[in-house]
Amino acid sequence: MERERLVVVGNGMAGLKLLEELQAACPGRYAVTVIGAEPEPAYNRVLLSSLLAGEASDEDIRFRDRAWYAANGFRLLTGVAARAIDHDRRRVELRDGRVAPYDRLVLATGSEAIRLPLPGADLPQALVFRDHADAMRLKTLARPGARAVVIGGGLLGLEAAYGLALLGCETTVVHLMDRLMERQLDAQGAATLRRALEAKGVRFRLGVQSAGVAGETRVEGLTLADGEVIPCDMLVMACGVRPNAALGRAAGLTIQRGLVVDDGLATSAPDIHALGECAEHRGVVYGLVAPAYAQARVLAARLAGDATAAYAGSLLSTNLKVSGVSVFSAGAIDPEDGDQTVLLSDPGHGAYRKLIVRDDRLTGAILVGEASDALWYLDLIARAEPLGALRDDLAFGRSFAAAA
Amino acid sequence: MRAADPNPVRTTCPYCGVGCGVLATPDRAGGAAIAGDPEHPSNFGRLCSKGSALGETLSLEGRLLHPEIDGRRASWDDALDEVADGFRRTLEAHGPGAVAIYLSGQLLTEDYYAANKLFKGFLGSANVDTNSRLCMSSSVAGHKRAFGSDTVPGTYRDLETADLLVLVGSNAAWCHPVLYQRMLAARAARGTKLVVIDPRATATSEEADLHLPIAAGADTVLFSGLLVALAERGALDRAYVADHTDGFEAALARAYELAPSLDAVAAACGLEAAAVTAFYDLFAATRRTVTLYSQGVNQSAQGTDKVGAILNVHLATGRIGREGMGPFSLTGQPNAMGGREVGGLANTLAAHMDFDAASIDRVQRFWGAPRMARAPGLKAVQMFEAIGRGEIKALWVMGTNPAASLPRADAVRDALGRLDLFVVSENIASNDTVNAGARIRLPAAAWGEKDGVVTNSERRISRQRAFLALPGQARPDWWAVAQVAKRLGFEDAFGWRTPGEVFREHAALSAFENDGARDFDIGALSDLDTRDYDQLRPTQWPARPGAARSDTRFFADGGYFTPTRRGRFVEVAPIASGSAHDDAHPLRLNTGRIRDQWHTMTRTGKSPRLASHLPEPFVEIHPADARAAGVVDGGFARVTSPHGAATLRVRVTDGARTGALFAPIHWTDETASHARVGALVHAVTDPFSGQPDAKATPAAIAPVSFALQGFAMARGDLGALDPAAWWAKATAPMGHGLLFALQAEPEVAALFPDMEPTDEIVEYVDAGRGVRRIAMFRDGELDACLFVGPMRQDGAWTYLRDKLGARLSEGQVRSLLLAGRASDGVAAGPMVCACHGVAKGVIDRAIAGGCHDTAAVGAATKAGTNCGSCLPEIRRMLAAQRIPATA
Repeated sequence: MERERLVVVGNGMAGLKLLEELQAACPGRYAVTVIGAEPEPAYNRVLLSSLLAGEASDEDIRFRDRAWYAANGFRLLTGVAARAIDHDRRRVELRDGRVAPYDRLVLATGSEAIRLPLPGADLPQALVFRDHADAMRLKTLARPGARAVVIGGGLLGLEAAYGLALLGCETTVVHLMDRLMERQLDAQGAATLRRALEAKGVRFRLGVQSAGVAGETRVEGLTLADGEVIPCDMLVMACGVRPNAALGRAAGLTIQRGLVVDDGLATSAPDIHALGECAEHRGVVYGLVAPAYAQARVLAARLAGDATAAYAGSLLSTNLKVSGVSVFSAGAIDPEDGDQTVLLSDPGHGAYRKLIVRDDRLTGAILVGEASDALWYLDLIARAEPLGALRDDLAFGRSFAAAA
Repeated sequence: MRAADPNPVRTTCPYCGVGCGVLATPDRAGGAAIAGDPEHPSNFGRLCSKGSALGETLSLEGRLLHPEIDGRRASWDDALDEVADGFRRTLEAHGPGAVAIYLSGQLLTEDYYAANKLFKGFLGSANVDTNSRLCMSSSVAGHKRAFGSDTVPGTYRDLETADLLVLVGSNAAWCHPVLYQRMLAARAARGTKLVVIDPRATATSEEADLHLPIAAGADTVLFSGLLVALAERGALDRAYVADHTDGFEAALARAYELAPSLDAVAAACGLEAAAVTAFYDLFAATRRTVTLYSQGVNQSAQGTDKVGAILNVHLATGRIGREGMGPFSLTGQPNAMGGREVGGLANTLAAHMDFDAASIDRVQRFWGAPRMARAPGLKAVQMFEAIGRGEIKALWVMGTNPAASLPRADAVRDALGRLDLFVVSENIASNDTVNAGARIRLPAAAWGEKDGVVTNSERRISRQRAFLALPGQARPDWWAVAQVAKRLGFEDAFGWRTPGEVFREHAALSAFENDGARDFDIGALSDLDTRDYDQLRPTQWPARPGAARSDTRFFADGGYFTPTRRGRFVEVAPIASGSAHDDAHPLRLNTGRIRDQWHTMTRTGKSPRLASHLPEPFVEIHPADARAAGVVDGGFARVTSPHGAATLRVRVTDGARTGALFAPIHWTDETASHARVGALVHAVTDPFSGQPDAKATPAAIAPVSFALQGFAMARGDLGALDPAAWWAKATAPMGHGLLFALQAEPEVAALFPDMEPTDEIVEYVDAGRGVRRIAMFRDGELDACLFVGPMRQDGAWTYLRDKLGARLSEGQVRSLLLAGRASDGVAAGPMVCACHGVAKGVIDRAIAGGCHDTAAVGAATKAGTNCGSCLPEIRRMLAAQRIPATA
């Protein structure tokens, strides 16, 4: 019998993880075609900022070489994007004209960086920071002494800014809100992070709005809403990402922010699945690796024939990793009425921990500076069990709690 | 820089009356390495926790280093002029009854001798008393009544050759640890039986074959009953009684009155009749018996009779002065015996002579004294009452802290403020007595600087040698006395240039017209030259000139020092309580020592190791009494008597006797906020000895609650807390600590006055639980920290006191220090072994890890392998872990 054809659109971290899980769950069951828009096979996108900073090499961020795909029977097409899904004929059309027929289709198209619609944002030195090519472009411009402005004080912007600073750029982060990572950190945690990054040479302008890019033929500065111009030689827009859902939308799949999937990671078309940053599950679009990996495990099980495999959602948590400045955030950010907080702060060492406890259960954790126990806290929040005596050791981490 | 001197200085420990030899090797930086002297016959190389930590007590911090008059620095000349003028004026205006000197068992014999001579021979006042009055004067009185002299008949060797040791009112395991370890070692070898008679369960009673938790004050009945039992069993030595004693029949008749039956004894003593019988059987059957006694006997309204009742049974059995037998008074202070030898008590004159006409004449001729005191002076308690009444107007206090240690200490402190002339000779610049209004403050030499002799409990004279230079303008006390004497015109009689010259005179007086009439005779030492004196080896008296010293025991063949040369039985009085019962004060407060502190902590308080065992002042109470009073273990209580109050940490223990409280004596206003236990003690004294009854003051207890507890510690100064706060100071290895309890969070800025703006602050706050912890770092080292929370935080205290001033290791997350313990889970807990610094948690873990006896614990952790005084505690921990294991 002819094997079923499975097409995976997208060779990012979610797509690759799905292949690995399939390889483990039902090797050889499907004739798999993988379509990657980027020229190289999947790499560790999380380490792009390390790559930019020169702390990691291309080698370091590589996952699987082409031989691995071939050896496992995965047909890998790279450097070519999918143009459309012809669902009636069950095939994916590629930009280069080729088609990939499927019996089952998985969309793992990820997300794309948001480009602010600012006047002058199309100048060549106004960049985003999303993929390997962006990192390479940034690295080319980021000569020592160059002035860089990063718009966006979130995870991505801070990682970009840190990388640029490490390359010797005079780097300023411009942020609309009055604190960094406002969706993940409280004021004190954000301030601690800011000081830590300042100590590494990054400057900040918080609570300011960008109005336009100065310069005629090249970027010369960022104009703020009040008219002030921050001179710069390059500009990085790191204001967020949006799910790459155009392909699915055009195919008539149900879309909200992302491609809506059920607990089996099926879209509104039962033989089309989606996972990772392009998918929206129970109203949530995850922008993180861990949920994508969890989804990959479930989807692989489904594709292997386990109709009961289900994804129940992931607890939101954030991990910022720039050298020496770990940031972790999960669950509640600020206490509500009746909540109690446990604080441990060492401003001199750029360390800060805040734990939010409701009804003797951990509901939120913010770690700045030292976050090696991040997953332990995440697990405590997820389990939502009474803390009891653990409360007194909570702030000091897993080794203390285990010893208690 | 020269290499350290490889030859250690042989000296003697300044703590208890055991008198251990110490080898001190100065480091030429003001400190010294300390070790036990293997050749000293008291300790053969062993030292207890306190002795071992002597090296940590040598700093000059807090020392008085120059004379002061009215709070201003003065020259010695001016200060001595002022002292001499003051005494002269007082004598001229009010006579010798208006001057007094209050001495100390800490003083060297030479200091004691000089002071006694000046006052009793040259100022005409016998108001010369000493803190030994609080310690063993009932033993002195008891000895003199029975023996005609203040003689300890036996030697330490007897403790090792006895078959039965009876410890009465003695927690030797904590208070005389080295001697106690000698007893236990001998016991292990020969199976010596150990009976402990003590109202409390103590570290000593835990080791006993038989513990009689006697009702306070009932010892006379127990020993009267013993005398009766011995008589009825025919266990008396009738020949010895007939040949060498008087008064047996009357004493036995009185004993029958007090102890008509075993049941009567059991009832009076609050003991099981079977336990009493067991004790009597053992005593009757064991010829080699030593009865040791200490403060539980002496510090009593009937202390002298208690001693008498004990001596009676030894006289009646002839068990005295023989190998392995005899009564044995364990003295509390390093030179209590030396003080007794020179006569530094108000009711003795000098060299074991009293105020009889012949003795006065003899001493006057020897001294060439112009103005002899002719009658006993006022004993300590009466002396300070006379000060309070304004009758004594000029006082010199030397090396002791009566404003903390005397009964009704608050009243004593007030009285001191009324003196016309108040002189203090002290090591330290601030204590409760100095601060009670001492006008003239004379800087005294401290241990390590002093040079002279002390005598231990077995009459052995040992040299205390200097191994450190005199700091600042500190001078020996004998020198200060001699300088005052010269200014009063007695230059010829006080012209000594060295302590050896003082000692020779003292030795000569002991032999002067003695001819065997007086027990105390060290005439053989009266012609030591300077070199002999410097090299004097530990020497037991008697040391009569020219006599062979074949036996250093007394009385095996009679030879008492009564006029008849016969021993005297004592008719002891019926039990009389010191203070009447009082509904408002239903309990009896007992006071005493703890293992790792000494007196008012001026020296031991400097040792971080010693501060780790029991860092807070506490009160022990029986669970039933605690329930009735509503106080809980680990909580706080206010203990009150008609004379004063203290607020103490509560320790509820089965080892306490119902109706009794126990509180340690060590804390003063220098070291704690509300723990002057001496202030509570009633001024009831024994009618013969004048020794205060510090063991049975009527008292009440009530709970006190504080919202918050915690501690602060710092390398620099610690500021004051709110006056309503409860606190106790305790030393840390690199700084100071303050344990506290209070109602509201302390002001950080006020608590840490040395804080710099550049100090880095790490903070932990769990507001929902009322917890706040702060650590301050300077130059990468922990400079200070503060822990506040609703619970006590002993483990964190123990853990962090070692971290103060320590440089953090590479990669260490310093904020985790605020967890208050190591992440490997060893909750350190309180320190158990002070010698090796082993905390309870470490020992617990060793036991849990398979160490089934103290030897195994010692091998695994070193705990208990030095002085051994923590072994009872380790045994208790072993037993505690066994119970759940078998449950």
